[in-house]
Order: sequence, then C-alpha cells, then structure tokens
Amino acid sequence: MTKKNWFLLAILGVVVVAIPPFLGSYFQHVLILIMMWVTMATAWNLLGGYCGQVSFGHAVFFGLGAYGGGLLHLHWGTSPWWGMIAGPLLAVIIGIPIGLITFRLRGAYFALAMLALGETFRIVFINWEPVTAGAVGMIFSRTWGAQKLPYYYIALAVAALSIYVVYRLVHSKYGYYFVSIREDQDAAEGLGIPTTKYKLYALIPSAFFTGLAGAVYMNYIAYIEPHSVFNLSAISIMMMLCVMLGGAGTLWGPVLGAAAYTILSEALRAGIGPLAYLIFPIIACLIIMFLPDGIIGDWGKIKRVFSRRKPVYAGGE
Amino acid sequence: MTLLGQTLITGVLIGGIYAIIAIGMTLIMGVMKIINLVHGALMMVGMYVCLVLFKSFGLHPYIGMIPAMVILFGIGYFLQKYSIERVAGVETILPQSQVLLTLALALTITEIVRLIFSSDYQSTYTPFSSKCFYVGDMSISVPYLVSFVIAMAFVAGLHLFLTRTDLGRSVVATAQDKDAAIYMGVDAKRITNFTFGLGTALAAAGGALLLPVFYLFPDIWGPYLTKSFVITVLGGMGSTVGALSGGLLLGVAETFGATYWSPGYSNVVGLIIFLLVLLFLPGGLKTIIGR
Repeated sequence: MTKKNWFLLAILGVVVVAIPPFLGSYFQHVLILIMMWVTMATAWNLLGGYCGQVSFGHAVFFGLGAYGGGLLHLHWGTSPWWGMIAGPLLAVIIGIPIGLITFRLRGAYFALAMLALGETFRIVFINWEPVTAGAVGMIFSRTWGAQKLPYYYIALAVAALSIYVVYRLVHSKYGYYFVSIREDQDAAEGLGIPTTKYKLYALIPSAFFTGLAGAVYMNYIAYIEPHSVFNLSAISIMMMLCVMLGGAGTLWGPVLGAAAYTILSEALRAGIGPLAYLIFPIIACLIIMFLPDGIIGDWGKIKRVFSRRKPVYAGGE
Repeated sequence: MTLLGQTLITGVLIGGIYAIIAIGMTLIMGVMKIINLVHGALMMVGMYVCLVLFKSFGLHPYIGMIPAMVILFGIGYFLQKYSIERVAGVETILPQSQVLLTLALALTITEIVRLIFSSDYQSTYTPFSSKCFYVGDMSISVPYLVSFVIAMAFVAGLHLFLTRTDLGRSVVATAQDKDAAIYMGVDAKRITNFTFGLGTALAAAGGALLLPVFYLFPDIWGPYLTKSFVITVLGGMGSTVGALSGGLLLGVAETFGATYWSPGYSNVVGLIIFLLVLLFLPGGLKTIIGR
C-alpha cells in the first residue's frame, strides 16, 4: 500500500471508531448491520472472488455459526457469548467435509451442490426438533439490553479482523494460488498446485468468518430460527450480491458493496415501503448486465462514461 | 402391502408432473449449458395466468394451460433474447454471472407477482379436485391421474417433435455440439431463444397440471426449482428420456421418504439423491440408458 492509502485507511479507522457514540440508536443499528455484512461479504469473497468457487450455500456457515452457541445455551445453559468460539468452530468442522466432497465438482455444479446443501441444512434444522428446537427457534437475553454501542464495537472488531486476515492471505503465496485456481484450474494443477487442498484453505477462513458473523448476529438479535439464518435468498444470495455490487476479487469491493447494500435497502424501505423489495432485484439485474465486475472492478468503465473520453482498451485496469 | 402400493402409485403420478417441468429445464440447460434459476419463477407465472383465466372466464386449468403456454413461451423467448443472452459472452471475474442474472430475474418476477396478486394463498378448487376411485384398497386421485396422462402425452409429443421435425432436430443438434450445429447451418442463437421459450412453456404446463391439486402463492417455486435440478442432473443434461425416468424416480423416492421416514424430510431425500448423483454418476441416467 502507498502512503496515501495508509492515510485514507487511518481516516476511515478514526471515523468508524469515533463517530458512532454520537449517533442515534437507529443509525447505530444500521452500522452494526453494515459491519456484519462486511464480514460476511469479505468471507464469501475469499472463496468466491479470489478462489473462483461460487458458493450458493454460505448460509450453511452463517446458520451453524449462529446455532453453535445457541445449541450450547439450549442444552447446557452456557452464556451465548461462548457462541463466538463455538459457532465459527462448528462452521469450520462441518465445512471441511463439505469442502472435501463438493470441491470435486466444478463451476456451476459446485454452485448447485452448495445450494442443495444449504436447503438440506435448513430442512434438517427445522425437523430435528429434539436437538435444534425446530422451527420455533431460540430466544436469548441480551447482555447489554437496549444498548447498541458494545455490539457495534464487537461487530467492528470482527469485520476489521476478517479484512486483515483476507488481506494477509491474498498477499501471500496462498493468494496467488487462489487466483490461479480461479483463472484456470487445469493449468494450476499442471503447475503442481494441489487445487483441492488450496480450495479448502480458502474455505476454512471463509467458513470461520461467516460463522463468526452468525455468532454476532445471534448475540445481537438474540433470537434465531432456521428460516432466518439458513435462508437462501436473504443470506446466501445477499452475500453474493454485496460482493458483486462492490467488486469480486478486490479487497475493498465487498466492504463498499456491503455498506452500499445495507444503506440502500434501509433507505429504500423507509422511502418507498414494500416496493423496495421489487427495486432491489431489479438493481441486481442491472448490475450484472452492465457492471459485471462491480463498482471497484469496473471503475474504469464508470469513469469513462462520465468523462466521455475515448475508451482505453489494452491494460485499461 | 397396501401402503407400499399406495406409496408407489402416488409417487409415480406426482413424478410424471415433476418430469414435465424438469424436461423444460433439461432442454434449456442442454442447449445453453448454463444453470437456469428463473425456471421455477416462470412456472409460477404460468400458474397465475391459469388462475386468472379460471377466476375471470371459468376456464379449467387443463384448458387454460394452452393460452398460458403460449404466453410463457413469449416471456421466455424475450427474456432470453434481451437479457440473458447479453451476458453470455462477457468476460467477468466471477464465472457464474449468467447464473446470478437468472436468479436476480427470478426474484424480480416473484416481487412483481407479489405486488399484483399479494402473498395470499389461492387455489382453483373444484369438486373435481378431490375425486378419487379405488383399486382394491388403494385410492387413486382422479386429478393426479388426469394430470399424469396429460403430462405423458406432452412428453410423447415432445419426443416426436425432437426426433421427427427439422426444428426439433436443430434443437438436439445445438444441445449436442453448438459449434458443429453452426457449421451445419443451424442458427444457434435463434434456436437457443426458441428452446428457452419452449422449456418455459413446458414449465407452465407442469404448473397448470399442479394447480387443481395444490394452492398457489408467489414463493411456491423454490421446491419445484430444486426438484427440476435434481431431475436434470439425475437424468443427464438435455436428455428427455433421462428426465422422464428421473422424474418418476424422484417422485417415488420422495413419497417413500415421506411414508417411511418423515413427511418433513421428503425434500431432503431428493437433495441427498442429487448430491450422490453429482458425485458418483456425473453424467446422470443418460450414461446408463445410452441416449
């Protein structure tokens, strides 16, 4: 990173730490949601954006992350905060066999297998009542009651940690391996990269941080049920759309996408009511059709439209 | 013994309806080689068209399905031509941008339908819907049977169309090898648009057959979408015979799961079959049947 970028990062850091105490409760709530989505989008981006394994079932890890602490609380009465350890661990423990099985499949078939797994987990958690409490879900008591600031700082720390880990990973040997798998798996294998192993190395942190976001959600919302945490369209798909909106395969794309997505959905819901649910997928269609690499990935394209300069082709990025 | 027979018959009858929805999917996936997540939503639109015809003109869904199929053919054709095809050749970081587009389209369509018809459950209930007759101790539901017969008629007609007509053969050729088909003078783009329309119309037909026995709401399509994936993968992409046998197999497997395991888990049976087939029989039943 250049000096200018460090400077910008420092300003961003000061803003996200110092400003929230002066905001109202509703804005703090929105900020917590943003931090949760930043964590999830960053985690998804590691597997999907860098490693090229588009998963339609990351809600599995989110749900397991939320249920890890929930199950401990239900059966042994421990504090839900143990979920911050148990949730991500559960997500990783279940994630490893899932990866070993599904990474044998490629591209669209991998996506479909993850979609099927996501649905399977949802149905099992609804029906396996003796263990999971079924569709009724679980309710917890919140440690800080109506106060939002502590939750915000926890969510912020989790988000910052996930960005840092992904940054370190993609700027190491692993990052180059991931990108080579995304670009051409056969060529990567030909160069001697054990692809299944490295896909798994991308999946483990991805599942861990998605699970951690799930644990934060469980502690903050204080109520979980299978339909909301294993949801296909509200969790798995939205993670993907955040990444696509910001830019897949970039470090700050998911952050920008998650922030834009949360603010947009809150503003639309406040502004036009139920119509927001229609506007949102339409925006998604338009992004995929016209900005397939996201705001950061297609920044050159956006600039060109506004400056009306001649298009630059080779090496434009 | 009666329970076994009853389960088997119900499974086969419902499997026939699954098969016709899945054949639409298998044609589209065979020709386009992409995963089409908008299929279920378009089936739902077809069902709503039938519902409107039923409510305003009193047309029974079995008759209303013909205009519904025509309308859905048009919707599918234009959706493919003006939206999905545009994304086809674009180089992106994420390789699955077309899949994501079909998903976003599905959500858009669902929200539009919700806006018009609201989320309420609706049905085209007629006295005919609950008729049944008995064979020994086993009851056979008349609407299921009629739906099954109509579905099989469609499958037979489709098979003749694909093997005996020029247009049908072009579809099969494009599915087998797009480049070779282009060299032989097939307009692959037009055929792709046509196939998307045809597949969508078949989904609408399947939806119309479900309508007399089920209720309808905008989010109904999720399970049917997964079922048609399971069947497409089970049968092998682009194979009508594979999709038919896959559909019947899935119907039977699900009802057996519901009877002998637990009704809540009946959908899990399909998903488990799906994962097993993906892992151990990637070509689907097509490789066993040989076509």
